[in-house]
Amino acid sequence: MGAKTLYAKLWDEHVVHLDENGTALLYIDRQLVHEVTSPQAFEGLRLAGRRPWRVAANLAVPDHNVPTRDLAAGITDPVSKIQVETLDSNCAEFGITEFRMSDPRQGVVHVIGPEQGFTLPGTTVVCGDSHTSTHGAFGALAFGIGTSEVEHVLATQCLIQRKSKTLLISIDGQVGPGVTAKDIVLAIIGEIGTAGGTGSVIEFAGDAIRALSMEGRMTVCNMAIEAGARAGLIGVDEKTIEYLRGRPYSPTGELFEQGAAHWRTLVSDPGAHFDRVVRMDAAAIQPQVTWGTSPEMVVPIDGQVPDPQHEQDPVRAEGIRRALDYMGLEPGTAIRDIRPDKIFIGSCTNSRIEDLRAAAEVVKGRKVADSIQLALVVPGSGLVKAQAESEGLDRIFTEAGFEWREPGCSMCLAMNADRLEPGERCASTSNRNFEGRQGQGGRTHLVSPAMAAAAAVTGHFVDVREL
Amino acid sequence: MEPFQNFTGIVAPLDRSNVDTDAIIPKQFLKSIARTGFGPYLFDELRYLDRGEPGMDCTNRPLNPTFVLNDPRYAGAQILLARENFGCGSSREHAPWAIADFGLRVIIAPSFADIFHNNCFKNGLLPIVLAPKIVDDLFARANGVQALRISVDLPEQVLVLDDGTRIAFDVEAGNKERLLKGLDDIGVTLEQADVIRAYEERRRGEAPWLFSAPQPGLSV
Repeated sequence: MGAKTLYAKLWDEHVVHLDENGTALLYIDRQLVHEVTSPQAFEGLRLAGRRPWRVAANLAVPDHNVPTRDLAAGITDPVSKIQVETLDSNCAEFGITEFRMSDPRQGVVHVIGPEQGFTLPGTTVVCGDSHTSTHGAFGALAFGIGTSEVEHVLATQCLIQRKSKTLLISIDGQVGPGVTAKDIVLAIIGEIGTAGGTGSVIEFAGDAIRALSMEGRMTVCNMAIEAGARAGLIGVDEKTIEYLRGRPYSPTGELFEQGAAHWRTLVSDPGAHFDRVVRMDAAAIQPQVTWGTSPEMVVPIDGQVPDPQHEQDPVRAEGIRRALDYMGLEPGTAIRDIRPDKIFIGSCTNSRIEDLRAAAEVVKGRKVADSIQLALVVPGSGLVKAQAESEGLDRIFTEAGFEWREPGCSMCLAMNADRLEPGERCASTSNRNFEGRQGQGGRTHLVSPAMAAAAAVTGHFVDVREL
Repeated sequence: MEPFQNFTGIVAPLDRSNVDTDAIIPKQFLKSIARTGFGPYLFDELRYLDRGEPGMDCTNRPLNPTFVLNDPRYAGAQILLARENFGCGSSREHAPWAIADFGLRVIIAPSFADIFHNNCFKNGLLPIVLAPKIVDDLFARANGVQALRISVDLPEQVLVLDDGTRIAFDVEAGNKERLLKGLDDIGVTLEQADVIRAYEERRRGEAPWLFSAPQPGLSV
């Protein structure tokens, strides 16, 4: 047996059947379910008279539609309300565990999976949500699927899959102080582009990735989808194992040790072959800010908005022109001169305890600038919120002028009441700066939590290291 | 799912790269718990000048005259032509539902995002990857005074343009069969229920830690 990549190990371990065309039936260990992409899947089961193959393999939570304030008042938007109630009734009917809106464990699906120990190394994890790539931080093969596939997994515990190509991205050396996981992954996307990972599973490696906490690794894998990848992966180490010890869904006692012994083998073997390798120098990565309408439209904080006249490729030049028009920016504008109207700290990318600590450290003893109309902090889960409150982070934020909200997806995609109005500009710790993503006509700049906090207190983008 | 039939249709050229699924069907329409009825809201923010909301009657909404699907030349188009990385972003299957519901059946682009590409085949849509140079040529033809018409032959895997030019395309064998027969994937997979059960039993033995019951607790 030759040297294997981590992806090949995970793939081989889950193949139930391989047909003559190279198409595999792949076993799925875990499925996370939320309210937006599941109703039609449950309806499909009902129409066909099918039951879930293994109910315990599923965990459900409403997150996209949930309001982030006045929870006692419930959901006021009747259409959102029906969708959340439909998840409640579907889970009750089919016997699937659900953390309902009132449950202290409720939160963003990609925050609660790892937090509960539901995500384990060596598993396949799917969810009807593209940011399922997040769970790859644990050495799990995790990817987003459509609703038909949600139904397929519910009914068969399997998916029909073809093996992906492999891309190794190694971040060599260490990043400087003040440079975070978010800056690393935005720099990667800037380097390889939003289609750079298409058809591939990306394994993130190198000293700078090893040095990240589990929260930081989740941030990196979360945005693998923004590089077009099928999934992101990081090999297991002791940090992975220690993170999982004692979590509600983690195995306990001897079973945990047995699992851990296997998990330690979940790394790419030395000399394993990757279809493509990209190496980047960690020390060269600066805090990043996106200026356009695709995550690859990103520059370091010292940079400027590009000029389409300097772009040779006419399709790309037109893309830049359209993005600048949408974003209301002139070519050559310094990133530091861009002034957001709103600040959003949250989302499955950056709403974990470490993210809130990093933002609070910047905010502490300062005030949100007068020009900022709204600054929101939306913790990733009820448990993250409780932890942050026990550390006094909520008071740091509220004393500075931030609003401290209840957990949910919130202004990352604006399915609830939290959204941008046309023309409003936002410094956001989320993952997508697409046109209309945070509200029709809204303008998104993606940054790390520390950089969002720095923009909040100064009123414009600024290098957090200079504060 | 209805089996995919060969057809000849008009090509609507959407000259954009990185068309994301938020653009294809904006988030407010994802609140529906149905699988149908998304067609009127396809490309809502690009297609209309006002703000779309779920349940809205679209017949009298102000149209954006510069958007390709509002151009009378492309009325009734069944083929969408786009640039690279079409369907990137969110995994929402509402995107192919909206495209199919609108009446489109084929999308041609130099590349597609993986999840969207997968979702198409579950909904009777055929995504076709062609080389960037060929796509450039198709854009030039489709932008002419006369709309370009293409005949799509899936069994033969060939496109025939109105001047007789033939363009071969690739499609993975399993996906081709799925479209041509209109197969129900779940039914097909369940024919292997015994194989899945045997795998699962083996896995319980080899990785018992994956099957343990959760412990009560609220730790972060």
